[in-house]
Amino acid sequence: MPTFVYMTRCDGCGQCVDICPSDIMHIDPKVRRAYNIEPNMCWECYSCVKACPHNAIDVRGYADFSPLGHSVRVRRDEEKGVIAWRIIFRNGEKDMNLLAPITTKPWGKHIPQLADQPAPSKEMRDSQLLFNEPKYIRFDEGALNTLKSNGLKMVSGAEGY
Amino acid sequence: MAYKTVVEDGIDVLVCGAGLGGTGAAFEARYWGKDKKIVIAEKANIDRSGAVAQGLYAINCYMGTRFGENNPEDHVRYARIDLMGMVREDLLFDMARHVDSAVHQFEEWGLPLMRNPKTGAYQREGRWQIMIHGESYKPIVAEAAKKSADKVFNRVCVTHLLMDESKENRVAGAVGFNVRTGDYHVFKSKTVVVAAGGASNIFKPRSVGEGAGRVWYAPWSSGSAYGLMIGAGAKMTQMENRIVLARFKDGYGPVGAYFLHLKTYTQNGLGEEYESKWFPALEEMVGKRYLDVEASHRTHRPIPTCLRNHAFINEVNAGRGPIHMVTMEAFQDPHLEEIGWHNFLGMTVGQAVLWAATDVDPKYENPELTTSEPYVMGSHATGCGAWCSGPEDLSPPEYFWGYNRMTTVEGLFGAGDAVGGTPHAFSSGSFTEGRLAAKAACKYIDDGKAAGIRVSDEQINRRKEEIYKPMEHYKIYRNEITAGSVNPNYINPRQGLDRLQKLMDEYCGGVTVSYMTNEKLLHIGLKKLKTLEEDLEKVAAENVHELLRAWELKHRHLTSEAVMHHTLFRKETRWPGYYYRGDAMKVDDENWHVLTVSRRDPKTGEYTMEKAPCYHLIDDKPEAKAA
Repeated sequence: MPTFVYMTRCDGCGQCVDICPSDIMHIDPKVRRAYNIEPNMCWECYSCVKACPHNAIDVRGYADFSPLGHSVRVRRDEEKGVIAWRIIFRNGEKDMNLLAPITTKPWGKHIPQLADQPAPSKEMRDSQLLFNEPKYIRFDEGALNTLKSNGLKMVSGAEGY
Repeated sequence: MAYKTVVEDGIDVLVCGAGLGGTGAAFEARYWGKDKKIVIAEKANIDRSGAVAQGLYAINCYMGTRFGENNPEDHVRYARIDLMGMVREDLLFDMARHVDSAVHQFEEWGLPLMRNPKTGAYQREGRWQIMIHGESYKPIVAEAAKKSADKVFNRVCVTHLLMDESKENRVAGAVGFNVRTGDYHVFKSKTVVVAAGGASNIFKPRSVGEGAGRVWYAPWSSGSAYGLMIGAGAKMTQMENRIVLARFKDGYGPVGAYFLHLKTYTQNGLGEEYESKWFPALEEMVGKRYLDVEASHRTHRPIPTCLRNHAFINEVNAGRGPIHMVTMEAFQDPHLEEIGWHNFLGMTVGQAVLWAATDVDPKYENPELTTSEPYVMGSHATGCGAWCSGPEDLSPPEYFWGYNRMTTVEGLFGAGDAVGGTPHAFSSGSFTEGRLAAKAACKYIDDGKAAGIRVSDEQINRRKEEIYKPMEHYKIYRNEITAGSVNPNYINPRQGLDRLQKLMDEYCGGVTVSYMTNEKLLHIGLKKLKTLEEDLEKVAAENVHELLRAWELKHRHLTSEAVMHHTLFRKETRWPGYYYRGDAMKVDDENWHVLTVSRRDPKTGEYTMEKAPCYHLIDDKPEAKAA
């Protein structure tokens, strides 16, 4: 199924609707809360689960192959830059907590504004180089690889395989 | 229909679909086009859209030239071997020589790349893969795209490209609709970078209900990269080269880290190694050029993905299934066990859900594997996509027409799944292709190639009518019946998708026929696709969400038709384990060591097929090098 929404926790804020890549989290007009309108188009990607400010969304594995009684919960924290998972098996024998970083930098602060970069020279434009190249390829003084620099040529047909 | 028309005019670079390819394009375009208007149209929300929406636990394309690990040509050879020779080596070399600069920038932006504590280099999973904590990979690169773009239109599903009316075969923008408000969106643009996705869900899945959502490739990958470009008359290449994945059963959890890093391995239901016994017969079938068991053993030359699938499929069909992944040894190490779980949580949470639901603890039980239904895409171990120009310093004349990553339609560029012949690009390579396309698009404009574009109101209104037709159709015929979904005048998008999947499966080599097809089956399949096309004129959408599904289905249909034509054209079995032409069960290098190129005439819907030469990179002076 995929995702489902707990009635008592959802306040209909729509964050899940805003983020769902599959466009399947919608607000039910009667109860004015979110629900999954198309479970067989749900990837269990957890984007909505992570986005929900009330932990109102959970996942029950796909009915055609997942028995009931399991739990995979998550809490994602952009401020702290971590994501915390808890996995509980159906038989209750395994209960795992796993923590992983999601970023090493304050959110969004270290991405350059390319409009503010000095404009590329004509030489750069006519070359094969991209922004920040050649420096960022190897962090040395070397140039971009070409057929010539690497002693290569192109030949047609199976003989070249 | 009372939907508003929203026109965005004067765009220079329009990016359709902002997964990894599209974010790369939008980001880079700003550098080369300081004063240019850069606009993104994306059917979801770019913070979590595309195949990387839920994250990745590895970057599968990184050379590591900086650490003395590989050169670009090494990766070209690897991709060539894996795809049985059928690749565009100019595009591959170009991607490989730039890809590291993208990865190094990702690290600077905050993407956590793991380091090998001993060497200080990135933690390798395999020769090409590096390990990352990539849960937020997509939101991080989306930030970069947002900083560069003038405008981001989230929730706009692009359905068609606009064509210039002053010059034949030149692009002029795109149209689509907002999947929430229903508004009609017109983007008038000098260039378009199609960076939409490949196709899941065109072959009948193994799952029978809800699990159809747990496809290997994202369910929202609707083949729009191909639907848009085929619809505009762009030439396509290698569309027969669909991919079948050997993955953990039902959840389709990734196996890369398991094989490469955790050193797990497979065995059959009897606990035996099974792959090698299929190789002698396979060597006969494909020839020693593509499978030389002895040489592979000696030199660690990788065995192509499709051929390993072949052994898997045959072992199962011989009655010795299931195939297991032997995890019980590796998982005794708590560190490796944790990596095994993190690997799923970082990119395929559904597999963790499934193991929790079925009490499969890989420490005490070896999980089952399966081979998936086929997928059509161009950035994993497969190279479907548009026939694009390469860069001028690398490409032979047949592969070059002016601008890097430009399709055969002027001003129309591709990145990621959209570009044909460039397998093994993965996330980083797709982002890189987006950057390359963006630079070329800016140059195209600066060279004056986009001057004098004209789009008439007639074209815009015609497309509008076409886009909303499924909703009109629903309105007209809905009340002929009392209730329910059975109507003699229309089918709904789900019904159409079911039909498409069934016929692709049965006639074009899906799972229920063990990936087998032949000329007769393909001819029948094409006929059925034609009648489905007629019925898709009568597809009905109850609301805007269903309208989205209707257009995704139309894109999937166009993709499928190309796959069928290409499969028919290539009279050989080039990739056993991906699909089989039962009437031509061998690799035929004499006639088919070529790339297949198709074009669908947008006016008539007729296909023309041609062969294009397949070039390989070789050492210029092998003798001198040896000395």
